[in-house]
Amino acid sequence: MKVANKKVTAERLVRDALEKAKHFEDYHIFTFINEEGALKKAREIDQKIARGEKVGRLAGVPYALKDNFLSTEGETTASAHILQGFNSPVTATSVAKLEAEGAIMIGRTNLDAFAHGSSTENSYFGPTLNSHDKQRVAGGSSGGSAVAVALDIVEFATGTDTGGSVRQPASFNGIYGLKPTYGTISRYGVVAMASSTDCIGFFTKTPEDMDLLMSVASGQDSKDMTTLPDYYNDSVYKKGPAKVGIIKDFDNDSVHPEIRKALKNKVELLKSKGHEIIELEMPALKYGLAAYYILVPAELCSNLSRHDGIRYGFRSEKSKDLDALYENTRNEGFMPENKRRIMIGNFVLSSGFYDAYFLKAAKARTLIVQEYARAFSKVDYILTPVSPNPAFKLGEKVDDPVAMYLEDVMSVSLNLAGVPGLAIPAGETKEGLSLGLQLVGPRRSDKALIEFSKELI
Amino acid sequence: MKYIPTIGIECHVQLCTKTKLFSEVDNDARGKEPNSCVSPVDYALPGMLPRLNGEAIKYAIRAGRAMNCEINASSRFDRKHYFYPDSPKGYQITQFYHPIIGEGYVELPSGTRVRIEHAHLEGDAGKLTHFKDYSLVDLNRVDTPLIEIVSMPDIHSAKDVHDYCKELWRLMCHAGVTNGDLYNGNMRFDVNVSVAEEGSEKLGTRAEIKNLNSFRSAERAAEFEIKRQTKLLEAGEKVKQETRGWDDATGKTSPQRSKEEAKDYRYMPEPDIPPINLTKEFIDTESAKLPLMPMDYRNLFHDIIKEDVLEVLLDYPQLMNKLGEIALSSHLGHTQGRSAELMVLDGTTSAISLTSNLFTSVLLAEEKSVEYLNDLPSAKDLNELAEMNEKKELSSTATKEVFLHLFDPQMKGRGTKQIAKELGLIQENDLGALEKIVDIVLAKPETQKAQIDFKAGEEKVIGFLVGQVMKESHGKANPSSVQEILRKKLK
Repeated sequence: MKVANKKVTAERLVRDALEKAKHFEDYHIFTFINEEGALKKAREIDQKIARGEKVGRLAGVPYALKDNFLSTEGETTASAHILQGFNSPVTATSVAKLEAEGAIMIGRTNLDAFAHGSSTENSYFGPTLNSHDKQRVAGGSSGGSAVAVALDIVEFATGTDTGGSVRQPASFNGIYGLKPTYGTISRYGVVAMASSTDCIGFFTKTPEDMDLLMSVASGQDSKDMTTLPDYYNDSVYKKGPAKVGIIKDFDNDSVHPEIRKALKNKVELLKSKGHEIIELEMPALKYGLAAYYILVPAELCSNLSRHDGIRYGFRSEKSKDLDALYENTRNEGFMPENKRRIMIGNFVLSSGFYDAYFLKAAKARTLIVQEYARAFSKVDYILTPVSPNPAFKLGEKVDDPVAMYLEDVMSVSLNLAGVPGLAIPAGETKEGLSLGLQLVGPRRSDKALIEFSKELI
Repeated sequence: MKYIPTIGIECHVQLCTKTKLFSEVDNDARGKEPNSCVSPVDYALPGMLPRLNGEAIKYAIRAGRAMNCEINASSRFDRKHYFYPDSPKGYQITQFYHPIIGEGYVELPSGTRVRIEHAHLEGDAGKLTHFKDYSLVDLNRVDTPLIEIVSMPDIHSAKDVHDYCKELWRLMCHAGVTNGDLYNGNMRFDVNVSVAEEGSEKLGTRAEIKNLNSFRSAERAAEFEIKRQTKLLEAGEKVKQETRGWDDATGKTSPQRSKEEAKDYRYMPEPDIPPINLTKEFIDTESAKLPLMPMDYRNLFHDIIKEDVLEVLLDYPQLMNKLGEIALSSHLGHTQGRSAELMVLDGTTSAISLTSNLFTSVLLAEEKSVEYLNDLPSAKDLNELAEMNEKKELSSTATKEVFLHLFDPQMKGRGTKQIAKELGLIQENDLGALEKIVDIVLAKPETQKAQIDFKAGEEKVIGFLVGQVMKESHGKANPSSVQEILRKKLK
């Protein structure tokens, strides 16, 4: 990561990033460019450096912020119409931590509205294009952030991962993407999708950068009761032969042959470095997707209840009474995918269905948690694909929500279990599409995941 | 045919914690601008997360113990969803599945026990004011901590509705968990009334009268509802299950404009707040902070303070506290707290009796209570006052006077004796000194006729003579001692 110093000024770094952002405008990465604010901060850092004052570990490093992080710079819209015009008075804890170390936000990035999606096509502002093939999706929901890093506009970008929203776009664009252990980074000030699975994560070009960002951003936050005490900075990684599990069930015809091949290559690489490969059976994971698409809509429909047009964001003005105000605002303000998930969520929570759906899914989740615990009693890490296919064509799955949801089949169980997963680049297809794999570890093994991923290079 | 009413009551108690249930904003919005006690968490900005106020947990433990309830070692919060502008999050954070307070009971002064089904913590809603074509929203009250207390249907008369509500109010005030200001909605009652034939095993269909904010209106509403439902049943008609409102002015309940379909609140475990796990030590420590409760005071003072006086005093926890302190003061070494049965009262009986009289006849009668209540004299000063009164060093008038001066910011702290001295109110009890004064008076020409009359058997002139002595002593003489000396001398 290039950090500002006496030779390379922060202003230079920021100007370069802003220029590149402009150059790649047609990829539809940013929802807001923070030119003035970023340059002002850069000059402040340069003055500090000139005066010989101490600057942070990320001094002058330009980064891109997923547009569902609250900060006082630019509107926080979550790429949703209903939040347009929303200028946050508060700043997310994670953003404050990055900026305290001198990182400079040059723009807010596009996402599926409220992070509902796996392609960034559900954005009110239109889709972001894949860094390797402009005909294809960027992945999602953190598509804008992934492409911003993949095209080398910024050194790193923030993301949120509720069911794969960091790992999948990272793998679609050939970069690193981490979904940390649940509770590692504060969710305070990040527009909630599903509270019990939402994780703040990062996109980087190297494991080293990921380590630095995790060191800065992790830790307990009194504003988020679900955060864990800082374990990341106390973690000790022991280099040496490891046991790596691969999941039998994920190696079948529904997985793209080139992804299966990429996995085999990495397995061979690990063997050649003296690591032991163990085949795992994890039957409970097959309930993951179903449980996920019950529990997550339930939580997100609840979390989206606050968007009623009364206190902030968009309000439909044509309404005659209160019910109409709610209905029109939400009808006009949400994207079709938002509405689909709100309806599923309300359905599974409604009386008479709660036991059959929500409670059952919660039990399946417990099985998945136990399944991972069992697996990690045998192995140190698990290596799996992130998604069954490389980046698909724009519009290909827009009208088929189930096909779209199936793209999450390998990523969602981690969120249900709360375990960390690191998406790592694993080569390209013949046509030049990037391939990604994910390295999974037990809770609180984030540091080890990042360190061990260097064995896969 | 006789009809028996069966009544259960839900009561919302606003807790007087410093900050709100889920944010660090001031919980006391009295006299403040609308929407001035509101944080981004309270008005539900995106990305905001609740931060549970530990003080509210402690209050809940105390409130629970005041009602003899089990405290659940593990409890959880849930979301109750509904759309209305008084609920900025679109849901209320409450405890639907796993409440913090379990089963218990409230014993009414009459001895009737009303069982508590459970009680739970939740956040209050905001306040709406409706105008002709618009409404204003004030979110100051949003997420003020509430305890909702749910009773079993153990009440069978309107009078017991009154007594239960009042006893609950006293329990919460004595436990110190609420300001108990009914006028400002610190406690609100929902009364569920049903009526069934005597001997019937099935309960009748119930109506719920919501949002009653005084004991009297709860009682009147129950009374009206019992009569209304009985009349319907007597006429062979059916009672409709519904929510009804109470109009204090007309003294009637009426159906509330509520939609036909049952509300579906789509309850869900609150994922932003981890389960609350309390250790036994924590629960015990908080329980031990519970002061004496009304029933403890009744047991303790029933021989000393008249029942009607005691029931009045029980409305004022500060006064009862002070009396408790006096009871304890002569028995240092006894554990404080709820160890009423350990207290031996001899030695403090007269102090308690006198102080309770002063509280009612001086403080409460003169409506000085409000400003005086929070700044009562020390138990030591009150004990001393009782002692001086008993030793006849102070007349009853002087006792009252000194009592009032114990509140005087200029004088308090000097001690009862010193104050009495400075006011010149200590009675002359020295018989030798008194005799001298009596002699002076008897030597005066204007008393000669009275002396002759008295000796001739005219009893009542003794009053005149005592009065003369009192005057000569500038009011300091003890009148009964004076009379005694006079009688001896005029024999």
